[in-house]
Amino acid sequence: MNLITVENLSVNYGLNTVLRGVDFKIELGEIVTIVGPNGSGKTSLLKAIIGAIQPSEGSVTLKPRLKIGYVPQRLNFESTLPITVERFVRLTGKIDRKSCISALETAGVPELLKSQMSKLSGGQFQRVLLARALLGNPEILILDEATQGLDQPGSALFYRQLEAVRQDTGCAVLMISHDLHVVMSASDRVICLNGHVCCAGTPAVVASTPAYKALFGDGTDGALALYRHDHDHDHSKIKSERL
Amino acid sequence: MLDDFMVRATLAGIGVAVAAAPLGCFVVWRRMAYFGEATAHAAMLGVALSLALNISIFLGVLIVAVVMAWIVTQLSGQNYAMDTLLGVFAHSSLAVGLVLVSFLAGIRLDLMAYLFGDILAVSRLDLAIIWGGAALVIGLMFWRWAALLTATINEELAYANGLNPKQEQLFLSLALGVTIAVAIKVVGVLLIVSMLIIPAAAARNFVRTPEAMVISTAIIGSISALLGLRGAYFFDTPPGPSIVCIAFALFIMSTVIRFIKVRG
Repeated sequence: MNLITVENLSVNYGLNTVLRGVDFKIELGEIVTIVGPNGSGKTSLLKAIIGAIQPSEGSVTLKPRLKIGYVPQRLNFESTLPITVERFVRLTGKIDRKSCISALETAGVPELLKSQMSKLSGGQFQRVLLARALLGNPEILILDEATQGLDQPGSALFYRQLEAVRQDTGCAVLMISHDLHVVMSASDRVICLNGHVCCAGTPAVVASTPAYKALFGDGTDGALALYRHDHDHDHSKIKSERL
Repeated sequence: MLDDFMVRATLAGIGVAVAAAPLGCFVVWRRMAYFGEATAHAAMLGVALSLALNISIFLGVLIVAVVMAWIVTQLSGQNYAMDTLLGVFAHSSLAVGLVLVSFLAGIRLDLMAYLFGDILAVSRLDLAIIWGGAALVIGLMFWRWAALLTATINEELAYANGLNPKQEQLFLSLALGVTIAVAIKVVGVLLIVSMLIIPAAAARNFVRTPEAMVISTAIIGSISALLGLRGAYFFDTPPGPSIVCIAFALFIMSTVIRFIKVRG
């Protein structure tokens, strides 16, 4: 059973076509990453999937009652709105305090329970968003450049947390990312988007296609080799300072 | 008890403060101050239409406010920014309203009463409508609270949760229309937005959660209504503006205390 099936999807903004004829599907437990240059329609694709924009052609079919955990691009949190992390995380659905605390623990930020959302650093903020997305046991996590604004160790840590979550819960992950090396080492499948699907497949296959090289150059092959390593050391000591 | 005009005025003022509290908070959170202002101006057209068609002023104002809010929400984001459209519709409906009123021969109209309110002339029926409206707004807010807050924080988050932010925006516009319709008698078209924004802004300095902010806003608004009316009575000043002056004084106090706390 596919969680998400996208068929022949086209999206227009006025006269501008941002996506045309996109087909893809996601199955249970897969990690799928969308890569592509700016303006290639990545965010539009995610928005069409969550129903925030209407397709002008084609269709998006979700598994009935699909539970989505969504982590948006770093959102501006206005300090005009006073809200604690706990209140924010428990806002939608009937979430009890215990699940809220355990979700924050899973995301690595249990100490933030009483903090104000508007006072969080970039890394803390993304982890709180992740914690919120994890509640209610989502069948799929959708992340839109979730590590934007994080430094390299910060985003590496974020992705490892994500991997741990997937192993624990078995939920699928659909994400947009610019961290090509992370993408290449952590994804089951990569979709290279540029208004349409240029190429798709396992990271190794995609990285070797001419379309991908045309978009990202040859350099990323090197990145792929370089970053495909086991994590043999722990960064947890610096975690609290950096995040 | 309700025979005393001061008692009725006080109850009316508190009713408006209570209805305005959750709305005022959303106006502050969503940066809708100008939206509120525009809807309030459009209320003048509602007054004119009510007089011309001989229907209840509350109904006329409510309809015009909601229709305007709906049109602006639908049109915005295409060729014009929201505030441009609001400027067009708000001031046009204010002007059309004023022109229409001048055509209504035979009706003696106290324009000042609609521009600045006439809280001392609140009748039992007005009072019933004000508290009915307040109950409606509070009910609507209770019902949509989590959805409205989520949509306020981030639209995509709301969509991913299966909510529809456009629909929540409509609920908010409806509640705003009701609030303005019931507040017009108390503070008038020109000062309605102050009852929305000033108590909420004063409350912001002391709270950590959205719910606490709404409750504090209601309390600050009610204190403003109480003290403002007392002051107006003793010093023989216009009551609507007096209420707003007290709210402003509370805002200044709140900001100064906050400033001292942060530095100290």
